[in-house]
Amino acid sequence: MSEREDVPLLEAVDVTKHYRVRVGRMGRSIVHAAENISVALYPGTVTAVVGESGSGKSTLSRMLARTQKLTSGKLCFQGEEVVLTKRVPADYRQSVQLVLQDPFESLNPVHTVRYILSRPLIIHDRTGGNVEEAVLNLLRRVALEPAEQFIGKYPHELSGGQRQRVSIARGLAVQPKVLLADEPVSMLDVSIRLGVLNLLADLRDRERLAILYVTHDIASARYLADTIMVMYAGKVVEVGPADSITNAPAHPYTKLLLSAAPDPDADEKVWPGAAGAPPSLVQPPSGCRFHPRCPYAMPICSTDEPPAFGIDERHTAACWLHDPAPLELSQPGHTASLTEGPPESGERT
Amino acid sequence: MLLEIRGLSVDYGLGDQPVHAVDDVSLTIRRGEVVGLAGESGSGKSTLAYAVTRLLRDPGVITGGEAFFYDWPKGSYRGTDADGTSSQPRLVDLLTEDRDVVRAVRWSDIAVVFQSALHALNPVLRIGRLIDDVLKTHDKTMTRAQRLARAKELLEMVGISADRLNSYPHELSGGMRQRVMIAVAVALHPSLLIMDEPTTALDVVIQREILEGLMELREQLGFSVLFITHDLSLLIEIADTIAVMYAGRLVEKAPAKALFRAPRHPYTYGLTRSFPSLHGSKKVMVGIEGSPPDLRKVPSGCPFHPRCAWAMDICKTQDPPVLTLHDASGGREVLCWLQDGKHEVPPELNQVPPAAGTVAALPSMRGRRP
Repeated sequence: MSEREDVPLLEAVDVTKHYRVRVGRMGRSIVHAAENISVALYPGTVTAVVGESGSGKSTLSRMLARTQKLTSGKLCFQGEEVVLTKRVPADYRQSVQLVLQDPFESLNPVHTVRYILSRPLIIHDRTGGNVEEAVLNLLRRVALEPAEQFIGKYPHELSGGQRQRVSIARGLAVQPKVLLADEPVSMLDVSIRLGVLNLLADLRDRERLAILYVTHDIASARYLADTIMVMYAGKVVEVGPADSITNAPAHPYTKLLLSAAPDPDADEKVWPGAAGAPPSLVQPPSGCRFHPRCPYAMPICSTDEPPAFGIDERHTAACWLHDPAPLELSQPGHTASLTEGPPESGERT
Repeated sequence: MLLEIRGLSVDYGLGDQPVHAVDDVSLTIRRGEVVGLAGESGSGKSTLAYAVTRLLRDPGVITGGEAFFYDWPKGSYRGTDADGTSSQPRLVDLLTEDRDVVRAVRWSDIAVVFQSALHALNPVLRIGRLIDDVLKTHDKTMTRAQRLARAKELLEMVGISADRLNSYPHELSGGMRQRVMIAVAVALHPSLLIMDEPTTALDVVIQREILEGLMELREQLGFSVLFITHDLSLLIEIADTIAVMYAGRLVEKAPAKALFRAPRHPYTYGLTRSFPSLHGSKKVMVGIEGSPPDLRKVPSGCPFHPRCAWAMDICKTQDPPVLTLHDASGGREVLCWLQDGKHEVPPELNQVPPAAGTVAALPSMRGRRP
């Protein structure tokens, strides 16, 4: 197996997830949870997926972990397309590990840390002959020290941060190459969140893991991630380096997210108003899914879906405002930077 | 003055080893003020709110202290009555007064908004019926038509169209449910709104909308807010004064901006360094080492000393005193041996606070809408 830094460890190409739901007694409909999402996870990087609940960010992590079947699209592991068999082969499960949000529910309360961490080691035959020693090493890797003290404890004897570390240790037990962390700190107290985020950063740097960090907190994404992907209503709206996303958002939705985030450094914060709520995913709006709430919406936004336009080399935004060759339908001057605030109402028609 | 809590202590469980959930906490809320109460889970912030509203259930026991509510005549929130005469408040002792008296005060004068609106709203009652119930119980003189009109008015006040009166709670989104809770809470013109983590379960955009709505409503109706949350970054934006709790004790209380720019307690300092910023260069932040204490085994002396970078010998053995400091930002209280004047204050805990004037100029998010 070749480990090349320029080949993504795990790549999703145009993956889509539709959930079938029953409506009433006879009716059926489809929830368009995630549509045409592409993401590449490189070794030694953290990619953050930011969005509100219902944006499809958790669905994406479930599809990458293959606990949810893809409706369409493909997955590539180390450059090779993955055959999407119904049963996920052991080596895939070993290489791609999922860490869940709630450490209070994802650890079995009737077992000790020793049992919880030894299971994956034994199942995947990674004990090296000495289970106890292997578990202790795992605890040390996630900075739960002295490890001898933690090994005999039950989940309820640990604090939230310690539990989440056990949860991460369980993910690390099988030496994965990719770690999918679904809101790993949102259930934790503020003072210990950074500890877990720093642990993830450490694992990225020390063990060259490719990490997908799913979160609703754009400030923590900026802190931890190299790349940020912003999702809205099942679609990717903007992708780029973490700094350029937070400093110069190109998509109106990203801008809305940023202005809604608590920001004690800003003395005067202007809240543009959110104008509505995220749409139903059963019948998502036509064109750009954000257009009913967008202060910059143009006629084309409600009819045609925007492709990802390049802002610069690594930064793309799915927004007609960034169309380099504006169609006749659109208004002149609409490429104005978003930092200047909404255009006059006259331009919007 | 609106609410005055003096030396309040609450235990969970009696017997040999009760858990001291709230330990000798004093806090005052003035009329029209937004007081933020910050702390991690288990710091006693919600217990404090339950104790003063007498909503505390067994095995919670109030073991000491006093809490007085100043029941000003309605419509005199701005200091004087409409006719210009200054009015006198009726003093209600919240902890010893008869249950029925406190029950009458609760909701009509002190209203509480809980975190989980889905659990707080009765799932089998339509929204209209729920509001009707509250009005009927507390004001027997209102007619059915008056109550309906008032219910419509209340919903519109929080930005929900009146036809939602016929909806059940499950038909509303999380944000709308929380708005209904706020509408119901202000139905009887309370002078104090206690909000216990009202936006924690909501998305940031909805959280921001609710906070903006709340602050507008406060401008209109003039109530005070005790806002309980673990999210200090949020409080810095909306609160006038912030009190920080740790392991049942109030460790620091100061004007919001001063607390953020120039914390005096090591725990507050750690908290202000626990949330990454959206601006500036990225730097490695450490948060606070260790984890919050188990309340069954609170460390001796200052409960924060095992996690404190500046812990001294005295911190391990003796309870720190409540010190009142005066500086450019106005008065503040801090519970730390480092600030007692006999010890050298580390530069991190001795930053220059913003002057009081700038704090007063930004009492809330007033006038922020463009």
